[in-house]
Amino acid sequence: MAQAISPPPEVVREDGPARGDSTDAAGLGRVRAAVFVAPALLLIAVFLVFPALWVLYLGLTNYRLTGVAAAEPQFVGLDNFIAAVTTPAFWNSTWLTVEFVLGSAVIGQAVLGFTIAWLMRDRRGTLKRAVEGLVILAWILPSAIVAFLWVALLDRDSGTLNAMLGIPGFAWLLDHPMLSIIIFNVWRGTAFSMMLYGAALGNVPPSHLESARLAGASSWQQLRDVVFPHIRGHILTNLLLISLWTFNDFGPFLLTAGGPDGRSEVLAVHVYKVALQAGELGHGAAVSTVILLINLVVAVFYLRLLRSKK
Amino acid sequence: MTRFVLGRIGFYTLVAVLLAFFTIPLLWLVTAPFTSDPTYEVKVPDFTLDNFRAVLEHPYALPSLWNSVVLSVGSAVLVVVMAALAAYALSRVRLPGRDALLYALLLLSSIITGTAAMVPLFQLAVELNLIDSQLGLILILTGGLLPAAIFMLKDFMDSTPKSYEESARVFGASPLQIVRHVVVPLVRPGLATIAVWAVANVWGNFLMPYLLLSDVEKQPAAVITYTLYTEGGQANLSMLSTFGLLYSIPVVLMYLFVSKKYGFRFHGGIKR
Repeated sequence: MAQAISPPPEVVREDGPARGDSTDAAGLGRVRAAVFVAPALLLIAVFLVFPALWVLYLGLTNYRLTGVAAAEPQFVGLDNFIAAVTTPAFWNSTWLTVEFVLGSAVIGQAVLGFTIAWLMRDRRGTLKRAVEGLVILAWILPSAIVAFLWVALLDRDSGTLNAMLGIPGFAWLLDHPMLSIIIFNVWRGTAFSMMLYGAALGNVPPSHLESARLAGASSWQQLRDVVFPHIRGHILTNLLLISLWTFNDFGPFLLTAGGPDGRSEVLAVHVYKVALQAGELGHGAAVSTVILLINLVVAVFYLRLLRSKK
Repeated sequence: MTRFVLGRIGFYTLVAVLLAFFTIPLLWLVTAPFTSDPTYEVKVPDFTLDNFRAVLEHPYALPSLWNSVVLSVGSAVLVVVMAALAAYALSRVRLPGRDALLYALLLLSSIITGTAAMVPLFQLAVELNLIDSQLGLILILTGGLLPAAIFMLKDFMDSTPKSYEESARVFGASPLQIVRHVVVPLVRPGLATIAVWAVANVWGNFLMPYLLLSDVEKQPAAVITYTLYTEGGQANLSMLSTFGLLYSIPVVLMYLFVSKKYGFRFHGGIKR
């Protein structure tokens, strides 16, 4: 505590202007900095941290939406957690979520987003605006509308996709539910990666690329030796954010409702089904806590990667 | 030379495929509203305006769009102001445990804004008397968006030059004045991006308003969309597509406006 109030002076020296990271150029000082941070932290504490702690507590009770346990929930210890991780549906959902995150975020959005940013990197004008505008459109349209657009697109009898491929009657959402929601999520979320990589590529010094080209490096070699090392931080930030967002995305529910037979029931949908459809709030909270832990592992993994190569 | 030509062909083929992938799902939204009795099929519309008339006559359709505006603008203003102040302070002053705090909050926000915290948030809203209150919903949505906003804005703040602030300080400007007159103009594209991101997020959010607003006159367009069913319980496609188009246009206009005026771009990556 004492350290928080009176920092040792050498900390300031060490973080001098060369680091560019924490120079207090405006003379803010710690007290005023804390005042600046306070409003945001207050809202976050009340509407984010408190509910999160509440979820932890609920996970330890037999709280239900209806019935006796709704009025007076009992403390049941770790029963919910044991029930949650011994349910086959939970492991099914975990596996589907891994597929969903790897397929649609890490491979789909990140690769497609980078490809678009790379293709458009030194273009100006209509083509660039059209491509970027359309990709961003898919990202900013309301999810309720977007879900309907994809239901229409994939409809088995009159959907556009089947009409184009000439295979009327092919039930995408029933026969390939995971593939459908993965492609859907790539379409929906690529914009973020595209914009982030677009900004990142702007920071790669053109002279480095130029000299690599003069030395006869192929496009792939330029990417590997010049571009990727430069935008390493951006890549990892991007992967961290889109992995977490995709992990907790409720969007698949709007397309397949987790079906058929739980074949696209990712964890976010699983929680909804357990907690609200089945009314087992305590059990649902325990699953939420497990999800939180998995997210923590994912985040620590990326942060380790980010720090490892220095 | 052949390599160059092949490269060009490859480039344009790839771009054409990309354009098709991102355009085709949108076709239904621009054709169905102008078609009488639309199905899921995309066909050349007969350019009727009956669907729009039906939406105008719907008692809650247009008011719900206004409610969406109130919610998303309210949340975006709060998010931008609070996140800018916090991100600036965190960028310039090394508060103890800053990075760990940021990551922890980011992690929490991506989970808690989903389905996981529905129950506690509902109970909390009941206790604080925030059920059916648009202000309450704005505060809750803001709380959920703030960590990611601070995280992204801090990157912007880190990359701005500090020398202007130093000069402003030499001339006796207070920290709040420095933020308003020196820092904000520098990070304006970042603020605009965060604002658009926040508006788009709230504009499309279904779960929270559905949970916390029971008065149909206060509900935003996202919730009203799911009430557009025919008597037979089928989705009313003419209403849905038309309302969907009207519901989509404002965010599209906002994006176009912001990208023209400020540039719509991200700074990212954790700089060290």
